[in-house]
Amino acid sequence: MINKYDSTAAESGPFKPQMDSMTADQSTRPTVHVRFSAGGTVPGYPTHWRRPHFIQSPIWRWLLYAAALAYLVIGLGSVDINLTRIMEGLPRAWRFVEGFLSPDFMSRGREIWAGILESLTMALTATVVGVLISVPIGLGAARNLAPLPVYMLCRGIIAISRAFQEIVIAILFVAMVGFGAFAGFLTLAFATIGFVAKLLAEDIEASSAEPIEAMRSTGAGWMQMVHFGVFPQVMPRLIGLSWYRLDINFRESAVIGIVGAGGIGSTLNTAINRYEYDSAAAILIVIIALVLAAEYASGYIRRLVQ
Amino acid sequence: MPIISRDQHTDWRKYSPLQSLGRFIGWLGFVVLFVTAWQVMNAETYWDFVLDAPEQGAILFNRMFPPDWAYANRLWGLLWDTVNIATLGTLLGMLIATPLAFLAAHNTTPSRLFIRPLALSIIVASRSINSLIWAMLFVAIFGPGVLAGILAIAMRSIGFIGKLTYEAIEEISTEPVEAVEATGASGLQILDYAIIPQVLPAYAGISVLRWDINIREATVLGLVGAGGIGIELSKSLDTINWSGVSMILLMILGTVVVSEWVSARIRHALI
Repeated sequence: MINKYDSTAAESGPFKPQMDSMTADQSTRPTVHVRFSAGGTVPGYPTHWRRPHFIQSPIWRWLLYAAALAYLVIGLGSVDINLTRIMEGLPRAWRFVEGFLSPDFMSRGREIWAGILESLTMALTATVVGVLISVPIGLGAARNLAPLPVYMLCRGIIAISRAFQEIVIAILFVAMVGFGAFAGFLTLAFATIGFVAKLLAEDIEASSAEPIEAMRSTGAGWMQMVHFGVFPQVMPRLIGLSWYRLDINFRESAVIGIVGAGGIGSTLNTAINRYEYDSAAAILIVIIALVLAAEYASGYIRRLVQ
Repeated sequence: MPIISRDQHTDWRKYSPLQSLGRFIGWLGFVVLFVTAWQVMNAETYWDFVLDAPEQGAILFNRMFPPDWAYANRLWGLLWDTVNIATLGTLLGMLIATPLAFLAAHNTTPSRLFIRPLALSIIVASRSINSLIWAMLFVAIFGPGVLAGILAIAMRSIGFIGKLTYEAIEEISTEPVEAVEATGASGLQILDYAIIPQVLPAYAGISVLRWDINIREATVLGLVGAGGIGIELSKSLDTINWSGVSMILLMILGTVVVSEWVSARIRHALI
């Protein structure tokens, strides 16, 4: 797509089974014969090189540019920018930056601590339960292990779980089980299933077929085959995925509180609504620090399991 | 792999006794942690409500069905806003993330000691904060509306696009760089002729992927007042208009399916 010059050589290279080695060798060589004289250029040979465009056809290129420009004009036109409101907001933006420079961990300390603890426990329990449910669903959604009806069912579950944002699922769970951390736990566990099961299934489908075949040839049952043939291959990735999902669940737990599903989100929402930017900044700093810690830990864990 | 010989048998085990003990303690600690977390989390849970959930769910489903089809006519404008928030936000995010990625990649950064850590910390901060939180901040600062939504999407996209792009820059092959360098090219020319062409397909793919994610996220930004179809979702929830909620959810689902299809097609064409 980007470089058309290589493509012919690449195409003609490996597909020459019938030729002997000499002719094959010659045919892959570029056949441009240019004689360079002492100081001059060869007549008829281009002296300037211009790189090919990203989109080769000029018509499509210009059409695309025109469409992009037209969209930008229409799209930006639909944004009603209220300048006076923005000018009014600028001091507030500055106050928020100030809040970040001098965050207030103390005056809402108890609520922040309780919220963070709730977020962490929600994220942990939801990840564990979600991954436990994801493993059978992921196995069922792998085409090389499951029969078609099971495959369709498991893929359906994954699609439903992935379709909506966590916060939309949280609204429904809050309506069903009431406000609080349990609704958040259900939300995050449900969202975890779609994420982990999908990626696990893809990893199982990509795993090498030989160990599975070897297990089958020993007369192993389905469970034994999965246990000794599949799990050793996908375990490092499953651990990595679970850890990554724990990180995502913690970050999500900071927002589902907005609709009443527990966690640090409700504290943050209150702080921002009351314009207590120093407390809001403190909460955001705690979130960033914990996400950073999780990222470093994940690098460490990945090195440990590989 | 330890082999244990006993009498005439030879057993192979996956782990030596010491390793099994270590694994057992590890798992035990994990279970204790889980149970503790469960207890702390559910300290204030009313189990009566939870046991009641299937019944509540059935009632909810009955109220949601059938969706209020006529309601859709009022939603198209907001859906257009949602798409605009996602698209313009992605573009703004790309605009900021691109130079940031080159500052953060260790092979293109001007200074590994000062500028690289700074760029990396901006990327981490952007990634750690959910777009809904960014939206809450921008709504508080600039007032409710589409602008706050665009800025929120842009701020969240910086981290995503920046991180994946700088990783792509760090993975480039060095040979084209050396070849262009050997012609006596300047730093910017090396960037232009050797580095950018290698990164461009990955970068375009990353941006399209983020656009797809942003469409999903933009559908709910209205819950905190940042424009788009989420505004009507918030209104319907406040007035307990569940058939309206299900109509909005259907429209969100349709939009997400279309955007995923579009993004998959574009990424397929790019790679």
